[in-house]
Amino acid sequence: MRVVVDLSRCQGYAQCAFLAPEVFRMHGEEALMYHPSPDDARREQVLRAAAACPVQAILVDQLEDRDVPAEAAQS
Amino acid sequence: MTSADNLRAFKRDGRIVIVGASLAGLRAAEALRAEGFTGSLTMIGDETCEPYDRPPLSKQVLTGWVPAGDTTLPRRRDVNAEWLLGVPASGLDLATNHVRLADGREVPFDRVLISTGVRARPWFVESEAALDGVFVLRTREHAEGLQQALAAGPSRVLVIGAGFTGSEIASICRERDIAVTVAELAPAPLVGALGAMIGDVAADLQRAHGVDLRCGVKVTRLEGDDQGRLRRAHFDDGSTVDADVAVVALGGIRNTEWLRESGLAAGPWGIACDTGCRALTLDGLITDDVFVAGDVARCPNPIYEYRLISLEHWANAVEQAEVAAHNMVSGQADRWPHLSIPAFWSIQFGVNIKSVGVPTFADEVVVTQGSVADRRFVAAYGYRGRVTAAVSFNNAKWLDHYRQLIETAAPFPPPSPTPDQPVDMKPVPVDFPGPVLLAQGATVVVTGHDPSERRVTAAQQNR
Repeated sequence: MRVVVDLSRCQGYAQCAFLAPEVFRMHGEEALMYHPSPDDARREQVLRAAAACPVQAILVDQLEDRDVPAEAAQS
Repeated sequence: MTSADNLRAFKRDGRIVIVGASLAGLRAAEALRAEGFTGSLTMIGDETCEPYDRPPLSKQVLTGWVPAGDTTLPRRRDVNAEWLLGVPASGLDLATNHVRLADGREVPFDRVLISTGVRARPWFVESEAALDGVFVLRTREHAEGLQQALAAGPSRVLVIGAGFTGSEIASICRERDIAVTVAELAPAPLVGALGAMIGDVAADLQRAHGVDLRCGVKVTRLEGDDQGRLRRAHFDDGSTVDADVAVVALGGIRNTEWLRESGLAAGPWGIACDTGCRALTLDGLITDDVFVAGDVARCPNPIYEYRLISLEHWANAVEQAEVAAHNMVSGQADRWPHLSIPAFWSIQFGVNIKSVGVPTFADEVVVTQGSVADRRFVAAYGYRGRVTAAVSFNNAKWLDHYRQLIETAAPFPPPSPTPDQPVDMKPVPVDFPGPVLLAQGATVVVTGHDPSERRVTAAQQNR
């Protein structure tokens, strides 16, 4: 699955790091590091983290099958 | 046919081409479909992969945690586009409305969005740039190569340029316990973006983490060995440093060369557009069918005296793409202005650095909250007595407050919103080349939250 965090919106509440610690990690006091392609097995965890974000900064892939460009699918 | 009929027909089966398939291009494509555009959509990109996110490249990827290929952007919806990837656009013909590709193909359009972004500025001597161990950092491939070089355990890394990217790379090196030298022409890191006061803080931060920081020096030569591998760098003060990896972090070059014959106001500074993201011609006339978004767009910002500002910021690419997409499928009366206050972040040496506003548009700066010694503070920037920007070190929760001060043209220096106001809160000169030759133009305020509600109101001068 794909994840992106709008870090200009993120304020370091760290809710995501509690709910999905393998995907979201705090770096220092308030900086967030995240894995943009977590394992699909963590989907529930990640969705819970996204829902709990006080500033709604976490975007999770909304599509099961995307129109992946042919060139990209080959590479 | 009325213009409303034309618009309906265009939304139903018009042709839109997006040149530049990265963050801004993808977000615009999604927004076009969300706005009900059902015509044909073509995405043109010079890289062979689908759109990916760049900020992790200098952070999660370089630490070795995330593979460079794992940075593909999530999709909010199916964009149902034709993807022409791996070939750059080489020209734009506005007489016949065609995009020309480098392989000779021509792609017709009714409306086009330009979001070709920025590429890394290469080292200025080609033979030295080609040495093994010399890197730039902009694409996935760059990040993958640099990550492998760091994983191989180099004896020392030289980072040329102490802007945000260079500083983040130095931070990762220290995190991986790799010796690193940072060479910066300015008197301190980040000084071009944030001024001398924050630059001093950033210099202390780097040295406290064991960076060999050399400011006020210029790298004059990269020296290779017999096998074509980097081994040494020479500085203009006669000194040298031995390093097997060098990262050239001297900023970016906007990808506008392909527009040279287009008649658009495009150049090294970007592509000029209005707040509705419509491109200007060389003559300064507005175009109807050419839109711009992301790092290449140079857009007027009413808050900053309508200066044309281009921003290499993630949030700006996202917001501008959405405004551009909306306007591409809307009539004149329904168009939105792109009026957001710039916002930026950088993660380095365990500190979350964030900014709102335009810190270079300032003549004074003052620490308003927290403690510089603790590296947990907010500094406000002012220009001629009004708040124009703010920068936080590990204090991001307060930036929204400062964004509102900027939008409402609040007086500078602002009072501290918290009890941790520094005792010696006194503005100091911001100390970088500030705006020059300004007219006493209108001061404006921006209101509204959603893109559809954002408006500018002219205000009385507060002096």
